[in-house]
Amino acid sequence: MDEMNNISVQEYKDKGKNLKRFFIEHSATMLFLVMCIIASYFSGYPVSSIVREIVTRLSRNAFLVLSLIIPVLAGMGLNFGIVIGAMAGQIAIVAVTHFGIYGIKGFLLCIVLSTPLAIIFGILIGRLLNKTKGQEMIASLIAGFFTMGLYQFLFLFMIGTVIPMKNKVLMLSGGVGIRNTIDLGRNDKGIKYALDNLWKMPLWKLMIIASIISTIVIITIYFWNKRKGKDVNTRKLIFNLGISFLVLLGGIIVLNGGKRFVRIQVPMVTGMVIAGLCIFNVLIVKTKLGQDFRTVGQDMHIAKVSGINVDKIRIIAVTISILLAAWGQIIFLQNIGTLSTYGSHVQIATFSIAAILIGGASVSRATIGQALLGVVLFHTLFYVSPKAGNNLFGAAQIGEYFRAFVAYGVIGISLGLHAWRKAVGKK
Amino acid sequence: MQEKYTLQMKDINKEYYGNKVLKGVSLSVKPGEIHALLGENGAGKSTLMNILFGMPVIHSTGGFSGEVFLCGEKTHIKSPKEAMELGIGMVHQEFMLVPGFTITENIKLNREITKDNFISRAFKNDSLKTLDIKEMKKDTRKALDTLGMDIDEWARVAGLPVGHMQFIEIAREIDKKGIKLLVFDEPTAVLTESEADNLISAMKNLAASGISILFITHRLDEVMQAADNVTILRDGELVATRKKEETSVSELAELMVGRKVEIIPTSNEKDYRISTDNIILSIRNLKVNMPGEEVNGIDLDVRKGEILGIGGLAGQGKIGIANGIMGLYETSGDIVLKGEKLELNNTKQSLKKGLAFVSEDRRGVGLLLDSSIEHNIAVTTMQIKDKFLKKMTVFNQMDNKAIRQHALKMIEELDIRCTGPSQLTRRLSGGNQQKVCVARALTLEPDVLLVSEPTRGIDIGAKKLVLDLLVKLNREKGMTIIMTSSELAELRSICDRIAIVSEGKVEGILKPTDSDRDFGLMMAGQYHKMRCKEAK
Amino acid sequence: MNEAIKRISDRVGLPRLIISLLFFSICVMALILKLPASSLISDVIRRFGMFGILALAMIPSIQCGTGPNFALPLGIVCGLFAMTITIQFGLTSLIWGNGFWASVIIAIPFAALAGWIYGMMLNKIKGSEMLVATYTGFSIVSFMCIIWVVIPFKNPEMAWPIGKGLRVTFALDKSFAYFLNNFLMIKIGEIIIPTGLLLFFFGTCLAVWVFLRSKIGVALRAAGDNPKFAQASGIDVDKCRIIGTVLSNVLGAIGIIVYAQSFGFVQLYLAPLYMAFPAVAAVLIGGASAKKAKISHAILGVFLFQGLLTVALPVANQIFSEGNLSEVLRMIVQNGIILYAITKVGGAD
Repeated sequence: MDEMNNISVQEYKDKGKNLKRFFIEHSATMLFLVMCIIASYFSGYPVSSIVREIVTRLSRNAFLVLSLIIPVLAGMGLNFGIVIGAMAGQIAIVAVTHFGIYGIKGFLLCIVLSTPLAIIFGILIGRLLNKTKGQEMIASLIAGFFTMGLYQFLFLFMIGTVIPMKNKVLMLSGGVGIRNTIDLGRNDKGIKYALDNLWKMPLWKLMIIASIISTIVIITIYFWNKRKGKDVNTRKLIFNLGISFLVLLGGIIVLNGGKRFVRIQVPMVTGMVIAGLCIFNVLIVKTKLGQDFRTVGQDMHIAKVSGINVDKIRIIAVTISILLAAWGQIIFLQNIGTLSTYGSHVQIATFSIAAILIGGASVSRATIGQALLGVVLFHTLFYVSPKAGNNLFGAAQIGEYFRAFVAYGVIGISLGLHAWRKAVGKK
Repeated sequence: MQEKYTLQMKDINKEYYGNKVLKGVSLSVKPGEIHALLGENGAGKSTLMNILFGMPVIHSTGGFSGEVFLCGEKTHIKSPKEAMELGIGMVHQEFMLVPGFTITENIKLNREITKDNFISRAFKNDSLKTLDIKEMKKDTRKALDTLGMDIDEWARVAGLPVGHMQFIEIAREIDKKGIKLLVFDEPTAVLTESEADNLISAMKNLAASGISILFITHRLDEVMQAADNVTILRDGELVATRKKEETSVSELAELMVGRKVEIIPTSNEKDYRISTDNIILSIRNLKVNMPGEEVNGIDLDVRKGEILGIGGLAGQGKIGIANGIMGLYETSGDIVLKGEKLELNNTKQSLKKGLAFVSEDRRGVGLLLDSSIEHNIAVTTMQIKDKFLKKMTVFNQMDNKAIRQHALKMIEELDIRCTGPSQLTRRLSGGNQQKVCVARALTLEPDVLLVSEPTRGIDIGAKKLVLDLLVKLNREKGMTIIMTSSELAELRSICDRIAIVSEGKVEGILKPTDSDRDFGLMMAGQYHKMRCKEAK
Repeated sequence: MNEAIKRISDRVGLPRLIISLLFFSICVMALILKLPASSLISDVIRRFGMFGILALAMIPSIQCGTGPNFALPLGIVCGLFAMTITIQFGLTSLIWGNGFWASVIIAIPFAALAGWIYGMMLNKIKGSEMLVATYTGFSIVSFMCIIWVVIPFKNPEMAWPIGKGLRVTFALDKSFAYFLNNFLMIKIGEIIIPTGLLLFFFGTCLAVWVFLRSKIGVALRAAGDNPKFAQASGIDVDKCRIIGTVLSNVLGAIGIIVYAQSFGFVQLYLAPLYMAFPAVAAVLIGGASAKKAKISHAILGVFLFQGLLTVALPVANQIFSEGNLSEVLRMIVQNGIILYAITKVGGAD
């Protein structure tokens, strides 16, 4: 907030320059925006289904992507280790499904069960990363692969032999090992939509209500500050009101966009959980712990000299990230409705990291806005590209391979650029 | 009696692995006094400070003997944190500032003011408390005002001028409650002249408010400008303590450098060896961009057959000269070797044209630690002169036999103590490693041998052997040698001439027999200033 | 006692020790389970030759200082591309070694060019090679997936009969399947020794060995060992790193061709995605570290790792008929070893 206030009048005058700089700094995001629009156009999907899909995927993936932010803040780069959190979440889901507890109770039990697991994993990975300073990302990537092996070993060979379990639905016919796919929505006896279906609201209604509330809040704050004699920024006020108005307008458009638009529903509780995580991410920065994250992230040496326990702070950062990822995976799977025991987690880190990078984040800087924007762009592309590929080239695989290429390529380029800057900085 | 002093250190002794680095040093600082601590690199200043701050390096190497009194009370400081709590602060030479943070955040680094919020109350966890930015800003403002700095306390540190950063460091120290003693470690080294003047007046203001200041430096004029008292260390010994009024720049210079110098009586036979007009290497306006050892325009002529010493304090640029000539760091200027202009920034050319270099960083640059002695000796020559190769159609192969033969010869000539030519260099002692480096350089059959810090980190017996070796090469083979060293005594014992480098420039060239005072003044960069004054 | 163990593990290397013991115990289990020894031995030898060159590709890249070549898929897709060209243009006569030599000859320039460009890139990102390499490998594989779809190759041996693009897997029956394996093949009792394959592998090792002892090879090793030393000796470190990368990439391309002929099939699309990891793990098991490697490490490592996996497969199937225990074992061993090596790179702080 203060940064915005500090923008001087002079800078407003150089608007043209600013605009240019804005485009250069956000060139990757812009590129993907353009790509999304083109691909959406050629996919031939109606706008309503794209919007519906964005709403679904945002609620499904945002939590996972947001779990990446804190390690970035602490200077540990993008945490490829969130797959390990995801596995913790899945272990909890399997257990809860086995216990036969379903609905929101089952969901909450998943959260509770996954928490200690994720914390233990987080501490272990944190320790590992403290041994590999400067190589955190590759170490967390390989640690993820390694853990996947252990996870498979657990679910394929330990269950039914070392760990006694009997469940015909969940287990392979031989009595050893868990099935490849687990239906979480079977006869409504799973955790499918446990969170999403608690409270849903049509998108248009949400948008209109949100715009009305935000308008009231903005105006109240403005006059409150004015009465207290604080500096008030009229330009900002107009900007904020404008956005509220746009949201309102959007809501009205959605309402009048036809049946399909009106039917788009927003899972309110999931949305609130995500909003809660956003607020958590904002608030943690304002605490002593958050300041320690930032200090360690900026310069480990200085942090150490000034008496901060660097190793401990780093372990906390990774543990929080992995814990959030475990919860994120549970949210993700309650929306998907089927758990692919040996597959659901595999690409979680790659896709989440690709998303946040497309949103404009880098290895050393990531914000909530970038995470959310990234989810929207990446998953729009994800949704439309097979169809677009089919329509354009007559082969749906092209679109599928293209989105995989985008995910890997964006990570590769971003990591390469970061490494390059680091190498130049050293000289 | 003792209450009179903020700090008293009495009869401090410290050994590192049997090597005495402090021998009975004592130091006393009164409240409100600015006390200068003067000495060359390696005189023991930093060890003394490490003891004062209870740095782990002291305790992990067996502690020290002697007593430390703080405000008359005997204390034993076990950690930097304890030192901080006792009111001792340090202004570091290299800034301990986080550039991406604001001034306030830097000043309050890990000392943030926090206030409770409902979560921290619920969990009873201090690290979840909210930062109280308002209070932090207020404190910062106060500290900055004390120093007379008119600058926004919420400005980012990145991009501020260096002088400001120094002041932020100081502000951080005075913001700590109950600060009694502030140590300034070469604070003016990175400052411009006017910034340095500002700093000194700020120091005087602080001292006037009752804080004691310990001022570590090697700039003699600043000592005279700022300090009330001066303590001079040399080779770990207390040389003298002087009141400012009772001393002079030239006396300080002499005290700082002076030592028993053993000069090899070679002056007579030298004359026929060196002819003054036969310049083998001529350097004009050499600038080298070597971080920490910048060279800013040096002119130097090297006579054929001489041993030229290059001396000076650390960080002044003496190390940069040889590295620049060899093209290891970005260099500009003119170098003429044997009448031929040398291509700059091209190590291969420098080596091909008859220069060879023994680096100051023996283990980092000088050796392939996991390769054999023979491989180390041969590899450079193989690359530069295509020797030690067997002709094959496509890929010429290493000639193991020739390498072995040559290595054995070198081992014998230089008396390298090893189990054999195939021993890994990592396993050798420092002195023998240095000999391998020299052997590698000699294998190139150079006209001019550049040797940097040849005796750094090796024991006394080996030091003598290495120096003797250099003299022998010079006398018997007529090899021109440029030797860079921080140890003045060593330069004075074997060199024909010694160039002293200060602030990236040659301050002057002296004979080994010249007075301590001249060496001291030149090292401190005061020689010309003094001369000018005397002329007036 | 503890110290004795530590001394042994220091000398032999922890990974090598663990895998050797594991290999040994699994061999004992195979004997107990009375698995046919001769076919197991034949398999071990065949897999050893099959994976050998892919592991050998790690040696120049580690020696020149760029670390284990996690971007091995880059070389691999060059080899795959060369094989598709060979099939498409029917270069499968005996002169072309049924297509084997043709593939190798075509692959080399592609791999060298790709390696050169990639090497230049690696010089810009010193210190983060492993991570960027991994994602370079992933990216190029997914990019080539698109190419496999759109490439206008129509040879029925490898194209889909209907639809677009090349098949995921195609057989080399009509070209160079088992070309090396069958060359001078010897049968000792039941044990099959693919002489040609072994000759080719050891021949390649010898060629790399000779190269590394040449003037340029010595420079390359010095550059990898201590870049500052190399620079002070007038060696162009960046050039050496590029040469090492090119060589590694070319070996990767040849390696996949050898692999394919020994397998009898070419696998396109996502098959090469994770192929770097077993190769990296193999050299590490052989005694290499992320900074030091010798050819002998590659040879020994491939033998131990592939031997372990080959014998573990039937043993595991005896114990657990369902699920692929040997595959899970591979994942754990392979990534565990790599992880161990990474902790040895950075951990000094």
